[in-house]
Amino acid sequence: MSTRLQKGGRLIDRSAALEFSFNGKRLRGYQGDTLASALLANDQMLVGRSFKYHRPRGIVAAGPEEPNALVGLGKGGRFEPNQRVTTTELFEGLEAESQNHWPSLEYDVGVVNNSLARFLPGGFYYKTFMYPRAAWKHLFEPIIRASAGLGKAPREKDADRYEQLYAFCDLLVVGGGIAGLQAALIAGASGAKVIVLEQTAFWGGRAPVDGDVIDGKPAALWINTAVQALEAMENVTLRLRCAGVGVYDHGYVLADEKVADHTPGDGRPKHRLWRIRAGQIVTATGAIERPLSFAGNDIPGVMLAGALREYVVNFAVSAGDRTVVVTNNDDAYRTAIALVEAGLVVAAVVDARVTVTGALPERARALGIRVATGTAVVKVKGGKRVTGVQLGAQAGEGAVLEEIACDAVAMSGGWSPVVHLWSHCGGKLNWDVDQQHFRPDATRPPTGADGAAMVVAVGAANGAMTAAEALADAAKGAGIAVKAAGFKASGKAAVAEAVAEARMEPVWVMPQGAGPNLRAKMWLDYQNDVKVSDVQLAAREGYESVEHTKRYTTLGMATDQGKLSNINGLAVLAHALNEDIPRVGTTTFRPPYVPVTLGALAGESRGDIFQPLRRTPMHSWHEKMQAYMEPVGLWRRPYCFPRAGENHEQAVHREVNNTRTALGLLDASTLGKIIVKGPDAGKFLDMLYTGVMSSLPVGKCRYGLMCSEQGFLSDDGVVARIDEETWLCHTTSGGADRIHAWMEDWLQCEWWDWQVYTANITEQLAQVAVVGPNARKLLEKLGGMDVSKETLPFMAWADGTLGEFDVRVYRISFSGELSYEIAVPASQGLAFWEALHKAGAELGAMPYGTEALHIMRAEKGFIMIGDETDGTVIPQDLNLGWAISKKKADFLGKRGQERVYLASPERWKLAGFETLDSSVVPDGSYIVAAGKNANGQGNTQGRVTSTYYSPTLKRGIAMGLIHGGLNRIGDIVEFNTVTGGTVKARVVDPVFYDKDGEKQNV
Amino acid sequence: MLILECPYCGVKAEETELSPGYEAHLKRFGPGSSDTEFEDYMFARKNPKGVHFERWRHVYGCGKWFLAARDTATLEVFGTYAAQSSAPPAALQDKIKAKRPDWKGYK
Repeated sequence: MSTRLQKGGRLIDRSAALEFSFNGKRLRGYQGDTLASALLANDQMLVGRSFKYHRPRGIVAAGPEEPNALVGLGKGGRFEPNQRVTTTELFEGLEAESQNHWPSLEYDVGVVNNSLARFLPGGFYYKTFMYPRAAWKHLFEPIIRASAGLGKAPREKDADRYEQLYAFCDLLVVGGGIAGLQAALIAGASGAKVIVLEQTAFWGGRAPVDGDVIDGKPAALWINTAVQALEAMENVTLRLRCAGVGVYDHGYVLADEKVADHTPGDGRPKHRLWRIRAGQIVTATGAIERPLSFAGNDIPGVMLAGALREYVVNFAVSAGDRTVVVTNNDDAYRTAIALVEAGLVVAAVVDARVTVTGALPERARALGIRVATGTAVVKVKGGKRVTGVQLGAQAGEGAVLEEIACDAVAMSGGWSPVVHLWSHCGGKLNWDVDQQHFRPDATRPPTGADGAAMVVAVGAANGAMTAAEALADAAKGAGIAVKAAGFKASGKAAVAEAVAEARMEPVWVMPQGAGPNLRAKMWLDYQNDVKVSDVQLAAREGYESVEHTKRYTTLGMATDQGKLSNINGLAVLAHALNEDIPRVGTTTFRPPYVPVTLGALAGESRGDIFQPLRRTPMHSWHEKMQAYMEPVGLWRRPYCFPRAGENHEQAVHREVNNTRTALGLLDASTLGKIIVKGPDAGKFLDMLYTGVMSSLPVGKCRYGLMCSEQGFLSDDGVVARIDEETWLCHTTSGGADRIHAWMEDWLQCEWWDWQVYTANITEQLAQVAVVGPNARKLLEKLGGMDVSKETLPFMAWADGTLGEFDVRVYRISFSGELSYEIAVPASQGLAFWEALHKAGAELGAMPYGTEALHIMRAEKGFIMIGDETDGTVIPQDLNLGWAISKKKADFLGKRGQERVYLASPERWKLAGFETLDSSVVPDGSYIVAAGKNANGQGNTQGRVTSTYYSPTLKRGIAMGLIHGGLNRIGDIVEFNTVTGGTVKARVVDPVFYDKDGEKQNV
Repeated sequence: MLILECPYCGVKAEETELSPGYEAHLKRFGPGSSDTEFEDYMFARKNPKGVHFERWRHVYGCGKWFLAARDTATLEVFGTYAAQSSAPPAALQDKIKAKRPDWKGYK
């Protein structure tokens, strides 16, 4: 059993006991524990079930590479799934629950999948469930979804807050082990601005666990001295619990600081996302130990040798009373030695190498530990816990020569440098034959804006695996980075006592001749249940690329991204393909290195401040009236103003009827308003609009269309000529910023010698549409200017005053009614709006919203950008040829519209539709045509673009594009519906209401 | 995330301050041009692995468009210059030529 030892534990404080729970069971640990060490101290080795086969799984590692031990942490608004127990610091009251099991962790029904394993081989998603087609949706998918998977997504809103900050430094050191600290000391001494990040809660990394001696002192003492020295430097910022997770272009680094994960609810932000711009980046990210592939290597109790040692030294936790160490290298002997020194039993060190004579093995032998050379673990025995191992010859095929009882297995297949950050932005790797791992190639580094190296890897992350090598390498690497950052490096490297290690031997399958039955129990990827046999099958099926094999077998996917499994998996693949490992290559390392919670990435950008909200000057009035608001770009506009007892539809119909019969007021402030001014402004607008704007007389308005250079309709609006050199261009509400940018693009990049100035004045003005038969009466009641038909005819504008307000009045209409659009300075907007309502009360004034606006424009057959257009429609399709100048030599879109396809008479064109039964055509409907296309789908001959119930006509009306356009008037066509069946409609003129335009021109 | 120096305001702007405008130094073809000319202008964009000239706008800064010469593979920035340029500055072209002897020129 796993338990807490009586003595030791350099990171725990035995005077501070903490209570926590796992699956409701109350357990105790100490301050300084990780959840992993605390669970092991309580003999809770079994922590989860595997993804596919629901096999019992225990803790394997001691760091972020942990594939198995994922739990749901916390409750309610603080619940987080998939948290690794190895990186979770223990705190009082912590609540954890295991995942992926039903009904319980101990008795899981899904384990039946385990016996079905041969029906769930590599690539099973792609081959098992192909036929019959319907079975996927109704049979396979529900079962797989219920039985496979990681934690559940939180249901409640996150109760915590997160923050982000920008930081700048000359030199960023990622990793606070001895190599990182050494690099930081040299960088700090140079005077450069330095930031040092360490992902765990303590400095120094593995050196104290390995018993290293630095500058004649135990590593822990040297680490304390180094950290004190760094803390005293004003130019150095030190950050614990802060993982550098991604290196991006031009020295941009993302780091995730777990500020309050271990003190939930204390008022601090849970995480702080650091967005760092670094001149130079030093990655001192260490190395991760690899498992060995022997049968049963996933049974709880089989752990990485380094992790087992770390639990003993750092937390005084033993994984078992009797341990077998299995290795292909010298480093694992440190575990055997540490265990014996802690008073535990090491039954044997099983070493695949035939000759074992290194200093560490000799020390182990001197301690009386049995070393079995040339030996392999053939199979681990046990179910929910290791009970023993069967041994055989590594060179053999799996004949069992001996069986040893044990309750823990410490495995080591060698160490792989953490090269993720080096690789994120293009750093290349070399295969190191001696150490059997990929390590950074300093001659092919990630490069920055100046084309020079921006990352230096040091220490174990650079393949300098011993303390002595790591410190020397860190000093050298720091010197290079400091110089590249423009500073002068000084200070010399600390010296660690060298411990010679003999060469490791590549062992990718154990024993090397293992047959199919054993290979089908050798786990490569614990998290995704990928075995040696799966990768070999993929190779047999023709998967030669490591990237394809990854996707086919799911090797290296999910939360751990193959931190343990990738090298082993690709070695097995290379072997199966009879290729060299470096020729097969690695999968791509993509950020983030460890999972980053979405909350940290979102930061403060959620809820009300998810994005900026634009409010018109009358916004508060709308809110007070409890208008139903809808988003229009970043604006919020009233959709309608429901009265007591009204639903939205009733409100909209009342607003339409009232506007048509009496008086409606619309807040049109969101309408885009762009001033275009200058000697060449007319020439410029003639290029921008399809019509002619240069000839517009001062005091008049003209409707205009803008197209993209490809010819497609992009925006529309009314242009007013203000004076000889000035035009005011109205754009759609959503289009103002886009069109202003479009103008600037052409002025700055194409016609930069034209003298034109543009200004987007949308928010400087409030605008109100005063609409309906009583509109003029209202303005006359306010008084101050002549708004008669004679003085201010349709499509004219005038400056003046109305009541106490400074106004510019445009006689334009988007509803077909007598209509004035009146602009006032934004500061007068609300007062003006209120004055209109007050004065208009006796004339039947009511506010109306965007839906009434849409219905009234559709009744008049006016197009709406975004309804009638979708980026594939040209003005000619909408019968707007009258707004396109035939005389102009050029305008944006003209050449595009001359293309054969756009000039084709076969294009669908705008028409109106009236349903025969007066119903409303469903949004998105197509007009069906006879026959089927090449794919066996029904043919179409048109589609609806706008469809409404018209309260004016008391029937459904629609606009749409149809083959033949207005030539089809009188035809009866059928619109399809989502629910099946069709709706019959008659093709009509799209102007449904007041065809001659008499009402707006009074 | 790139950093480009705006040649107008001198700010070293992060990519979030900028908006991209694709290939630079396009010659506009309007009415009267052949289908091939228009198609090349409108649709056939260069997509090199290596030296590339791009349009960028300092949209959350001074609002000006500018042009940048950049290596799309290594992300090295050779320089930025005003949008009102019908060709990259000679000094910039010399610099690129020196760093990338195989470079075939901006056209």
